[in-house]
Amino acid sequence: MEKGFTPVGLRVLVVDDDPTWLKILEKMLKKCSYEVTTCGLAREALRLLRERKDGYDIVISDVNMPDMDGFKLLEHVGLELDLPVIMMSVDGETSRVMKGVQHGACDYLLKPIRMKELKIIWQHVLRKKLQEVKDIEGSCCYEGGADWIIRNDEAHFLGGGEDVSFGKRRKDFDFEKKLLQDESDPSSSKKARVVWSFELHQKFVNAVNQIGCDHKAGPKKILDLMNVPWLTRENVASHLQKYRLYLSRLEKGKELKCYSGGAKNIDSPPKDADLNSGHQSPGKSSYAFSVGSSLLHKATETDPKPLASASVSDPNSDVHMPPKAKKTRIGFDPPLSSTAFDSLLPWNDVPDPLESKPPILYENNFLQPSQSSYVSNSAPSLMEEEMKLSYETPAGGTCVNADEFLKSPTVTLQDLDLSAPSAISCMKLQEFSSNVTNSTESILRSLSWEFPESHHSGSLDTDLDFSWLQGEHFLANTGLQNFQFQDYSSSTSLLSELPPHLWFGNERLPDPDEYSLLVDQGLFIS
Amino acid sequence: MQRQVALIKQSLFDQGYLDDQFMELEELQDDANPNFVEEVATLYFKDSARLINNIDQALERGSFDFNRLDSYMHQFKGSSTSIGASKVKTECTMFREYCRAGNTEGCLRTFQQLKKEHATLRKKLEHYFQLARQAGPKETARRPK
Repeated sequence: MEKGFTPVGLRVLVVDDDPTWLKILEKMLKKCSYEVTTCGLAREALRLLRERKDGYDIVISDVNMPDMDGFKLLEHVGLELDLPVIMMSVDGETSRVMKGVQHGACDYLLKPIRMKELKIIWQHVLRKKLQEVKDIEGSCCYEGGADWIIRNDEAHFLGGGEDVSFGKRRKDFDFEKKLLQDESDPSSSKKARVVWSFELHQKFVNAVNQIGCDHKAGPKKILDLMNVPWLTRENVASHLQKYRLYLSRLEKGKELKCYSGGAKNIDSPPKDADLNSGHQSPGKSSYAFSVGSSLLHKATETDPKPLASASVSDPNSDVHMPPKAKKTRIGFDPPLSSTAFDSLLPWNDVPDPLESKPPILYENNFLQPSQSSYVSNSAPSLMEEEMKLSYETPAGGTCVNADEFLKSPTVTLQDLDLSAPSAISCMKLQEFSSNVTNSTESILRSLSWEFPESHHSGSLDTDLDFSWLQGEHFLANTGLQNFQFQDYSSSTSLLSELPPHLWFGNERLPDPDEYSLLVDQGLFIS
Repeated sequence: MQRQVALIKQSLFDQGYLDDQFMELEELQDDANPNFVEEVATLYFKDSARLINNIDQALERGSFDFNRLDSYMHQFKGSSTSIGASKVKTECTMFREYCRAGNTEGCLRTFQQLKKEHATLRKKLEHYFQLARQAGPKETARRPK
């Protein structure tokens, strides 16, 4: 059978009234190393989904079912749970397919379904996650480009508000060339983006408030008021848009709890320590790092449903750090100092390497450049320290202040020690290049997913080119060991049960040596 | 014996009774499920018998509810694709065409044909699986040329 990369343990719920297909799909999905639950009735499926809100990563459903129309189920799932849903049918009529798309299906598969189609369903999960983060993140203008780089020695620049160096817009910046080693991909030269640090955003908010109703506040006016020389109208405009989205989302009746800031403030730029210790510690290291919104660039490919409103839900809700990070929480960076590492929810409880499903937390924290949201936490003790950080942000309630708004999307993949000796899951978060395809690619690259066979699985979409493989380190210098996708919303399902090891097609992990190399380089986002 | 099994399988393909899907199923068969294909086939025949029954009853009732019939047939078709029952699938498609055209006679005729194909396939596969079991597991997994 054709081999390819699939994230091990992806939790799939299959709904089909045809018992034969159910059996076949179950087998096929198991072959993909996914975790399968089958269900013959739509209502039953809904019940299962509701019972375990974060229990599944993706739903595959037939269109025609006796008790409920597949499209209806699709709607329910999408609205209530915001899970990616794939429709199936023997009928490939355009109208049906369109209907599926309109109802928010991520994909529409025709029966008979082939293995290769199932092998790539994880992409929908990822895409959705990314989009959610992107939607929610708002302020961090990671509109493509490797905007932030977190490196040991450069972490500061992500961090402070005065990190204007990065803010030099339009600076052509070839991150790879700078940070990466030879493995850098020269084609992805990225532009520097404005990094909306906390201070910057504060200025923005002040300006907006000064102008009054933010609907009347135009980018030009805001820009003028902000008086930040290097900032452009476009920067402000896009930031404003996100800000508005953010506000509208807040108004949507989500309870505004205190945000548990996931930001971990590591006071002294622990980067070095973290990074280094991270990779050195065997076993469970979790590194959290936030991913810029640009990470989530695959927006165009995601399903049309406005996930943003529904799902992202409240970054606020569930913001707390459970000691056992089984669920992702939204990590909001509390107004932090400009330490380079805001730890996004370190929710990493250092997982038991044998634990089958370390949570993969998909965190939606806004990327705050200043808060590089990178927490490399290799040692359990470090984790604890992070854990201890209180996430309660003072900003509860409806007030929307800068700190709330600036949430660093954290993508922390809890590192699971897989079979390999290295504990590092080698998830590197890679910054996204400006174009959409690259962004997902880069995210995926940053996840040092291993391919069972070759990194170019025939079954993969071409745009997800995992050329990265152990041995190749185009993200060589990233120190992002842990890549957690943390779902910031309680209603959104997490890739939480996708511990890093799950993302490996096989058990092999890169050698520790490679990690140390990467770690030393700091986090690189290219 | 083994060669015989292989030949039978080959003929099923050549004669159009089975299509690629059947091969896909064979690929799925592994040590964990050494009789996977046969199990699936059994399941299919059991379920499809039920569907055929439903359609029979609907047709017998005389009230030609084409929508309902079409819906049944859609199910049946979906089911038939699961094991790669090629000829059966063709009949399903035809039946649905007749339904859409409101052609009662066409429906009835096609349905008879469908039942025939279904029964034939069932017999052939039963025979095939029987032999395959006797011949030994290796053979069944082999792809026909």
